[in-house]
Amino acid sequence: MDILNNLFTNIYNAINAFLNGLLGGAGLRPDAASAIVAAIMGLIVGTVVLLFGVGVVLTLIWLERKVAARVQDRVGPNRVGPFGMLQPVADTIKMFIKEDIVPTNADGLVHLLAPVIALAPAVLAFVVVPFGQGMQPADLNIVVLWVVSVSSIGTVGLFMAGYGSNNKFALLGGMRAVAQAISYEIPQVLTIVPIILLAGSMSLVQIVQKQSTLWYVFVLPVGLIGFVVYYISALAEVNRTPFDQPEGESEIVAGHHTEYSGMKFGLFYLAEYFNFFIVCTIATTLFLGGWQGPFLPSWLWFLIKTYALILLGMWIRMTLPRFRVDQLMKFAWQVLVPISLINIVLTGILLMFFKVG
Amino acid sequence: MLTSQFLTYVAFFVLSAIALIGAFLAVTLRNLVRAALGLILSFMGVAGIYFVLEAEFVAIVQVIIYIGAISVLILFAIMLTRGLMTSAASTQNSQWIGAAFVGMLMFAVLFFVAITTNWPLAQPHTISDLIPRLGADLVTTYLLPFEAVSLLLLAALIGAIVIARE
Amino acid sequence: MIPLQFYLIVAAILFCLGLFGALARRNAVAILMGIELMLNAVNINLVAFWRYVKPAAPTMDLAGQIFALFVVTLAAAEAAIGLALIIAIYRSRDTVNVEDVDLMKW
Repeated sequence: MDILNNLFTNIYNAINAFLNGLLGGAGLRPDAASAIVAAIMGLIVGTVVLLFGVGVVLTLIWLERKVAARVQDRVGPNRVGPFGMLQPVADTIKMFIKEDIVPTNADGLVHLLAPVIALAPAVLAFVVVPFGQGMQPADLNIVVLWVVSVSSIGTVGLFMAGYGSNNKFALLGGMRAVAQAISYEIPQVLTIVPIILLAGSMSLVQIVQKQSTLWYVFVLPVGLIGFVVYYISALAEVNRTPFDQPEGESEIVAGHHTEYSGMKFGLFYLAEYFNFFIVCTIATTLFLGGWQGPFLPSWLWFLIKTYALILLGMWIRMTLPRFRVDQLMKFAWQVLVPISLINIVLTGILLMFFKVG
Repeated sequence: MLTSQFLTYVAFFVLSAIALIGAFLAVTLRNLVRAALGLILSFMGVAGIYFVLEAEFVAIVQVIIYIGAISVLILFAIMLTRGLMTSAASTQNSQWIGAAFVGMLMFAVLFFVAITTNWPLAQPHTISDLIPRLGADLVTTYLLPFEAVSLLLLAALIGAIVIARE
Repeated sequence: MIPLQFYLIVAAILFCLGLFGALARRNAVAILMGIELMLNAVNINLVAFWRYVKPAAPTMDLAGQIFALFVVTLAAAEAAIGLALIIAIYRSRDTVNVEDVDLMKW
């Protein structure tokens, strides 16, 4: 049990000790040796996290198509590999060998940089998630705000895609995406505030540790309200149906990535699923107790909870129709923002008079 | 110690270069959208400088508010007022030579002051419980400015909606 | 340790670039961008002073950061109002060129 639980931390410690011994034996100065080891370990952790992220995205694409097929009473991809599991790999290869098309009057540099700027923040948000007991790549006392701030950079990437393509559908989609991301960021941040108040910390690791006895979603009523509002605004933030106006196929072709093809389009696709996975991991960490859970290894609990949220998102996507743009904005500003503000006040009252949390 | 000090210098110079290049692009480029993107680059560099100064909360706030809100507002305003900006007319007005001269003069004065003043330096200190301290100070020592700024934000919110409404 | 003067010089260059932008640009939005750059330069100074300069009183050792936060808040309010004004001007005059909206001058 303990072996499985500490599997990844033990591997990390073993590699660290090995490198230290190697460089120390080579006769380097201790401070230089420790700096080099820290750099190498950072590179290794970063690479592993990135590969894990890409792997997760590939499984998510497969899962999404399978779930969609089941909901619509179809079979879904079943040709490449067992249960069609290698279908995303085949899709990736197809994207790599496609022609890269840039519209004639497009702003070339902006067009090129947009997918990179859309993807990079998603990867940055990945490095602060506590995947299991002692398994966070980085921890600071502000990582909750870090997640919020990097997700706000991604918005700029969407705008750049819309502007750089020199296409009216792309521009409309980009403007819609930016307006939506800004509007839904506010309830999202406001629902994090009660959690920070309850935990007394902005470190994701400490927030998880505080939930060892009671998950924050069960701190009634504030936890449940916060979770629902957070989840809805997170779905909107990552532009998933029923909030996918920025790329609504029946209205504006494909929104901000209308003019993208080949691997540039692939990067947008990757960023979309990366973001979806990240908001689910953050929701798990903030409301569902992160890696806390009995019997199973901590990282397995974390993945189970995250995938439960992801399946919920896919179910919602396949079931609900798309909002209208004006309904979308009204919903954010007239429903979600007031609710989350009231939620903060309620949390204050609870903390003051009932000493919960 | 030596290695980490060297790395701090490298980080500082790279981030300063990013901030200054971004600012230069923001004030000289003719294409306003590209100028605004240069402005975002500059904001990123400044946020990085805050990280070098170990003021991580200000750095994060810089990213959330300047990049996430103000830059996006500016980009929106540029797109909404696009009609005129596509014309070939110069984006600098007739007094740009004078403006450059004033800017250089200002820089000379600031440079002189920064170099010659005998700053009352203290040992650079890091505060371990920075975030709780910031929160406590905002509602004790700095309560009045905090409330004033809240009121100002509310007024600005209402004012912006009233002014921009058709 | 990086000397305080380095930060001050970077902030000074940033401020002067912003000043140039605010004085030399024609477009009102671009002028606002120059002003934002100047506010950023001021903030670098505030945070650098917080880190390097002895506080006036022990209870005020966070003053630099707190004032930087106030400046950021003011910048947000200023951008919102400024851009709302620019859009209102654009609606009524069809231009955002500051040389064409000097109606108060004769």
